[in-house]
Amino acid sequence: MATSASPLEQFAIKRLYEVHIGGLDVSITNSAVFMLVAIVLATAFLTLGMRQHALVPGRWQSMVELSYEFIAKMVRENVGNEGMRYFPFIFTLFMFILFCNLIGLVPYSFTVTSHIIVTFVMAAVVFLGVTVIGFVRHGRHFLSLFAPAGVPIFLLPLIIIIEVLSYLTRPISLSVRLFANMMAGHTMLKVFAGFVVALGVLLGWAPLAFIVALTALELGIAILQAYVFAILTCIYLNDAINLHH
Amino acid sequence: MDANAAKLIGAGLATIALSGVGIGIGNIFGSYLTGAMRNPAAAPKFFGNLLLGFALTEAVALYALVIAMLLLFVF
Repeated sequence: MATSASPLEQFAIKRLYEVHIGGLDVSITNSAVFMLVAIVLATAFLTLGMRQHALVPGRWQSMVELSYEFIAKMVRENVGNEGMRYFPFIFTLFMFILFCNLIGLVPYSFTVTSHIIVTFVMAAVVFLGVTVIGFVRHGRHFLSLFAPAGVPIFLLPLIIIIEVLSYLTRPISLSVRLFANMMAGHTMLKVFAGFVVALGVLLGWAPLAFIVALTALELGIAILQAYVFAILTCIYLNDAINLHH
Repeated sequence: MDANAAKLIGAGLATIALSGVGIGIGNIFGSYLTGAMRNPAAAPKFFGNLLLGFALTEAVALYALVIAMLLLFVF
């Protein structure tokens, strides 16, 4: 198979407009363009939907209110009213990931979240932010997160090592989960698209039908992964704010 | 052994992780159905938890996929 037909070709980053500042390559790439598209669409979806702010909402306004209320409820249930201070951040994160995932499903577009560096930066910001919030709120006492109450004293050294390790792997698991889901889904779609071409007009319909079903699954996964990212951020934030087990 | 052959065998071995993930996903939906049959009224409230558990388990399968892809395309 030629390299141009590789199922991984869709993830290639191309420079569309070369910009070099000093030694840094800050060219406008297709990834940057699709990030901007996601931000513009999310902003348009929210602001234009609320333009009329009617008491009895129409379809569009209900969608905006539903997405707002969905995340607000999630933050309130998982973190409590204290966490509502961080609601704008979590809502922004959710909408950005959701729109990046959904735009990626459009044929010939680029999925921003299928690159580990993008998801890792978001996960690292969450991780650092949560750690800083924990230390600011509780000071040295925040370290008691690693020593759960009620553990026998002879088990404590082992438990502390495990807890610290699981805390430090959070940004990795958070970013790899989103990136792997997006990359695997899109690769699978391309592989089955290759089957359609290879099997020809007579037999190609079977994988084509499968692609339709897979696209529906991917639509669900796109929404679900944005939700999972947001709710795990809430759970980590809850650890830092409420600090009890 | 040829390095390329070892690479392919390694990528194949990485898919063993799917057995555990299969058990996990079956367990999640099986437990949910058992609980939902016993108390159907409470079931819709935990549908979100069901999907969250499913997504977290499915992600483990994708870690295996990432390892297989790393073996095949990076090394």
